[in-house]
Amino acid sequence: MAAKTLSIDGKPITAEEGATVLQAAQEAGIKIPTLCHLDGIYDVGACRLCLVEVAGVPKLLPACTTKVAEGMEVKTTSERLRKYRRMTLELLFAERNHVCSSCVANGHCELQTLGYSLGMDHVRYDYLFPKWAVDTTHRLFGMDHNRCILCTRCVRVCWHIEGAGTKNVSGRGTKSHIITDLNQPWGESDSCTQCGKCVQACPTGALFHKGSTVGEMERDRGKLEFIVTAREKQQWIAAD
Amino acid sequence: MSKRIVIDPVTRIEGHAKISIFLDDAGNVSDAEFHVVEFRGFEKFCEGRPFSEMPGITQRICGICPVSHTLASAKAGDALMAVNIPPAADKLRRLMNLGQMVQSHALSFFHLSAPDFLLGWDTPPAQRNVFGIIAANKELARAGIRLRQFGQEIIEILGDRKIHPSWAVPGGVRSPLTVEGRERIRLWLPEAFATTDVALDLFKKTLETHQREVQIFGNFPSLFLGLVAEDGTWEHHGGKLRFTDSSGSIIADQVDPQKYFEVIGESVQTSSYLKSPYYLPLGFPAGIYRVGPLARLNVCKRMGVPKADAELKSFKKLGRGAVTSSFLYHYARLIEILASLEYIERYMDDPEILSDYLRADAGINNLRGVGVSEAPRGTLFHDYTVDRNGLLQKVNLIVATGQNNLAMNQTVAQIARHYVRGNEIPEPLLNRVEHGIRCYDPCLSCSTHAVGQMPLQVRLIGADGSILNEVTRG
Repeated sequence: MAAKTLSIDGKPITAEEGATVLQAAQEAGIKIPTLCHLDGIYDVGACRLCLVEVAGVPKLLPACTTKVAEGMEVKTTSERLRKYRRMTLELLFAERNHVCSSCVANGHCELQTLGYSLGMDHVRYDYLFPKWAVDTTHRLFGMDHNRCILCTRCVRVCWHIEGAGTKNVSGRGTKSHIITDLNQPWGESDSCTQCGKCVQACPTGALFHKGSTVGEMERDRGKLEFIVTAREKQQWIAAD
Repeated sequence: MSKRIVIDPVTRIEGHAKISIFLDDAGNVSDAEFHVVEFRGFEKFCEGRPFSEMPGITQRICGICPVSHTLASAKAGDALMAVNIPPAADKLRRLMNLGQMVQSHALSFFHLSAPDFLLGWDTPPAQRNVFGIIAANKELARAGIRLRQFGQEIIEILGDRKIHPSWAVPGGVRSPLTVEGRERIRLWLPEAFATTDVALDLFKKTLETHQREVQIFGNFPSLFLGLVAEDGTWEHHGGKLRFTDSSGSIIADQVDPQKYFEVIGESVQTSSYLKSPYYLPLGFPAGIYRVGPLARLNVCKRMGVPKADAELKSFKKLGRGAVTSSFLYHYARLIEILASLEYIERYMDDPEILSDYLRADAGINNLRGVGVSEAPRGTLFHDYTVDRNGLLQKVNLIVATGQNNLAMNQTVAQIARHYVRGNEIPEPLLNRVEHGIRCYDPCLSCSTHAVGQMPLQVRLIGADGSILNEVTRG
């Protein structure tokens, strides 16, 4: 496969054709904040946290879905990017009810970690305080829509790793939400195989093992990686 | 012309409140009210949440007694799951509650209340605080602060943090006590006992010169409520409910905490966000009862540990039947610190305390569950109703300060009757009125499920509603 030469933050980089800017940056040891990206499943560019500047392109581009090109000049940090990432993060917090102190994912949450790393000490927008329910009808798992950021990782692992197609997105705008089958209580789903991959994929406290208490939801992403590696490379290697 | 004096806000208590003193046409005190002016609404916004989150949510009601809420909440969760938690988990929860008693009582005595009776009622307000105690008696202040630190360290050793530990959960607790943790606790004990002895001596000396306060700082008949063991021994986390009256007679005993609503009613007054619970068979307001250290010592027959039992004997001699003066809450608090230390010492030699079998697992087996535990300020009830998926449908919290609401009103009125004359409101007088409240060590964060700090404001209001005089500080 042809290699492409580009520069990220001034650093000359060679990447395989078809690779994304995010992959190229990760291989070069350059960190770009992500939220909806999950190793092993395809990217959709939903969260807009991995936005980067590309020379000659006026708009910001998501690193996870932008393919590398010959001679591309990418900037992953700038005042403009910091401003937009912080704004995106604040909007995510303002849209639903994220209460870290009593959340099952407190201390193990990717949204919370990004809040710290991007220096989000307050939210400038009015909180919407929407009324979302918690679905604990499933025997093993629970879904708290208050903590959901609509990254769709759960939908993607359900369709493309497990192949069950239980999770979906319904509604538009701020009314968008994750549904189970035909918008049924999770416990009544016919298609759910109870595999728990969605729970492992969730970056926040939206999906959890039933009965979890504050800060108890630690994810094991290694399991997902193991399955993907086994399937794509025919290598059964346990994650460390 | 009749008047009304308002103290707003009240200082050196946990939360925001004000006091209104009503004067009749002759300028004498006709009545007084303690208003809690904050509202938080935990009972409402917890609806819809999974019950397993409740120990984490409700402990955020307060930074002083998060342990009390998390323990009562975990117990309510046990009841919803209908499980018996592993014995070691029960012991560890108790150990944390004892640490909570020590830290909270030490805070009440040394930081909040002692400045009044150790430095004197008439000391200027700028010195009448813990810094004044430091200036007057550095060693005592240091010992008091360290005693509180000891209680907080127990909480931290068990729950990984001093405030808001996510540790007690429905079914048990999340992590064991380590050998290192146990030894750290053990090392503190001699100093903690010594400080408590000093405080007890000091308070007994104070009593000799404060008989007037004993007589008028909330000295009236009322019922008392607390948890007791089956044989009537002092309880702080298990046991059943007992009501006694001011003659010391038991009027209700071994009431199952799950059925507290058969003996306790709740009334709402327009003047305060604080609910006023009462003993149901006597009705409102005749069913006035007090909770907390004074009540717990009144309802129990023995402490169950030798040093505290000896002190309990001296304490019981201070009343005929029951000890009815709220000024003696301070004494009861010190005796409870002593008992807590003795119980903590016992746990240090209990091999089961290091067990790591700590959590029972179950789904929803009851749709309603009540958790009752003794918080430092008094009996705490968490009453949850859930749907079959464990989501909360109804939450009722009855906290110590609410149960003392009627008693605090009476205490304020009694003190004001002795000291308030006419329109003038001298500051030391206000302080005595406030101290009547401090005797109960009220935590308004919990009682209204609210947070804050307290400056002080007093208003004198005439019968026509006009403000005749107003004093503000803080």
